[in-house]
Amino acid sequence: MTSETKAITVRYFAMFREHAGVSEETISIAAETAADVFEATRDKHGSAEPLAHCKVAINDQMADWEAVVNEGDTVLLFPPVAGG
Amino acid sequence: MIRISSEAIDPCALRDALFDDAAGAYCSFEGWIRNLNEGQSVMRLEYEVYEPLSITEGEKILAEAAAKFPHLHAHCVHRSGLLEIGDCAVWVGVSSPHRDEAFQACRYIIDAVKFRLPIWKKEFYTNGDSGWVNCERCAQHGHAPPNSG
Repeated sequence: MTSETKAITVRYFAMFREHAGVSEETISIAAETAADVFEATRDKHGSAEPLAHCKVAINDQMADWEAVVNEGDTVLLFPPVAGG
Repeated sequence: MIRISSEAIDPCALRDALFDDAAGAYCSFEGWIRNLNEGQSVMRLEYEVYEPLSITEGEKILAEAAAKFPHLHAHCVHRSGLLEIGDCAVWVGVSSPHRDEAFQACRYIIDAVKFRLPIWKKEFYTNGDSGWVNCERCAQHGHAPPNSG
């Protein structure tokens, strides 16, 4: 499926921030879902964490990887959590 | 109530807030910083917390526990920032009419907190290395995440 290019702000945390070298960036991406954003940024920054070990939020709401992303959204990418 | 704190946790003060004339049981869990993990000698540890979603997700967990275990009072505090060996990293306390519900609710909350809150820890080792801890290891060790959605 082809998608139109959207401006998405991506926020990185913990190891993802270290991989990206920035805590936040706005990218233009042909993405339908949060998973598309994850895959694109993982390739860009060389992260190796499997999607299934990570979590995502869109505009400060926890989301599923299949959630649709829209122009102007902020996608928060969470590497494997380790509270406690 | 769930709270993120950059200051030391005081379990005694937190416990007192759970007193209730209808409660016959109190149960708590404290997670402490230990000096060894995965064979590495740990010197200290740093917690990174995304507080807005840790609070909203933590409140959901406490609400789920309250729905599962009637007449439950439950609080949780998680630390952020640099912690030393022996420091309390997380505290969960519950009071309820009976002990079985208190044990179960406390376990439910701490397990969910570990798997669902956007919190990360970076260990600093005595050999000078450091590394992010991956709690997926917990799952590999047989502690499946409760309601990980």
